[in-house]
Amino acid sequence: MTTEAVVKSRPVVSAGSITKGRRRPTDVLAYIGIYASAAFSVLLLVGIIGYVLVKGYSMISWSFLTGVTSVLNDTVGIAGNILNTLYIIVLTMLIATPIGIGAAVYLNEYAKPGKLVTAIEFATQILSGIPSIIFGLFGMIFFGQTLHLSYCILTGALTLVLMVLPLVIRNTQEALKTVPDSYRQGAIGLGTGKWYMIRTILLPSAMPGIITGVILAIGRIVGESAALLFTAGSDGMLPITVKQFLDKIFASGGTLTIQLYLSMSKGQYDVAFGIAVILLVIVLLINMLTKLLARRFDVHTRE
Amino acid sequence: MEKKTKIKVRDLHLYYGENHALKGVNMDIKDNSVTAFIGPSGCGKSTFLKTLNRMNDLVDNVRIEGNVYLDGEDIYDENVDTTVLRKKIGMVFQQPNPFPMSIYDNIAYGPRVHGIKDKEKLDQIVEESLRGAAIFDEVKDRLKKSALGLSGGQQQRICIARALAVQPEVLLMDEPTSALDPISTAKVEELMEDLKKKYTVVVVTHNMQQAVRVSDDTAFFLVGEMVEFGDTKTVFSYPKDKRTEDYITGRFG
Repeated sequence: MTTEAVVKSRPVVSAGSITKGRRRPTDVLAYIGIYASAAFSVLLLVGIIGYVLVKGYSMISWSFLTGVTSVLNDTVGIAGNILNTLYIIVLTMLIATPIGIGAAVYLNEYAKPGKLVTAIEFATQILSGIPSIIFGLFGMIFFGQTLHLSYCILTGALTLVLMVLPLVIRNTQEALKTVPDSYRQGAIGLGTGKWYMIRTILLPSAMPGIITGVILAIGRIVGESAALLFTAGSDGMLPITVKQFLDKIFASGGTLTIQLYLSMSKGQYDVAFGIAVILLVIVLLINMLTKLLARRFDVHTRE
Repeated sequence: MEKKTKIKVRDLHLYYGENHALKGVNMDIKDNSVTAFIGPSGCGKSTFLKTLNRMNDLVDNVRIEGNVYLDGEDIYDENVDTTVLRKKIGMVFQQPNPFPMSIYDNIAYGPRVHGIKDKEKLDQIVEESLRGAAIFDEVKDRLKKSALGLSGGQQQRICIARALAVQPEVLLMDEPTSALDPISTAKVEELMEDLKKKYTVVVVTHNMQQAVRVSDDTAFFLVGEMVEFGDTKTVFSYPKDKRTEDYITGRFG
């Protein structure tokens, strides 16, 4: 008697046929919404790249890539700007990489956790969020005027060092944090000195992360214009002799993005799009290079 | 014949901040023997093991009182070079921790640290160490391959070989088989028998059968105190302390 009553009073979850009502309206709506968002973002990306490629494609020619702009000869070329871009990348990274890695090793391996480390980490975080024009302002006033370097590639590179240093430090630090403590203990347990252990175990293990940081930094340099406009200058000439090339470090030099900005402001949109194509290709190459190198240097996947 | 004392510990106290983790340990560890530390988790046996080659130096907030003598020399003397100390007293950890490099480079790591560059000498040390850790035959064809590709049991023997390569006098093993399967465990235990012919072996273990099987002397730890220490057979057959008896008969722990 009692059991029957219990069974009767239990609410029944009615399911009916297992094939009917498979698609609920809310599911369908959510499905459409999600796919639409995804499609929109992909289309946007493809659209922008496609638009730039179509607009700029016709500008790309051998003389555009290897010549310089000259009113006298009526030529348009960006070879000088390509060289300046490479110059600034190399110079900046030559300074920023060792300092950045050194700072990260100090913060992660030597400094005792405490207020000072927290403060430095906080500072690097803030530094990486500062608008680049502020670095440009500082670089122009400090390196350009106070140190009398004026507009030159070195001024630009020093300014960019300040800008990308947090990126290198943070990436190296994150990479060092992922190195298991057991490696440190294993090495110390063999009677290794600390610096030897860092050099032979920690840095090789952290290499993929370090490379990622360096290449992200290069990516930022390639895309930077605000911090360079008033520090590195805008000259687009191509040095011919070795001496000219070396002197270039103290001479004005505009990168591709600077030239893009100048072309836009003069209304030369075809040139601007031509440079945009080159920049896109460079960014794409850098991305591929990152993946390739990070895998190449990953000690954990090596045979 | 009485074996000579290799490590002598006198009234050793260790504090983690406020926590009194080791309470006055005294012990004589004999040369060419296996000494086992047993006890429940958190009793201080691993902590004590690490005081023997100063691995606790790496931990913040640790304070140590008392003396540890290696062949009569105080290892906590301020003039001690810890790199030399750790060369003499090697260590094998609970989790196998080969470095992310080739098997060869793993074994050669220690000798290179201590200045051996000669290729022929290194080759010889690598082979001898791998033989010493009973793994040479298993890896001799893949010395240039990453040590991370080996099984857990093989990795642990690589770590033992790596420790042997610097020619230590004492080998500290912190639960070396707890992460291994029974077959690998048997191999490592067999190896300990072998190792004590040349080295002084100190092993922390959770496994009482293992202590009985491999050790000559056994120390029983409980909440930071060394309760009993003596010949393994005696400790397990006729424990003097009631707490030791309770532990080895499985009443707790």
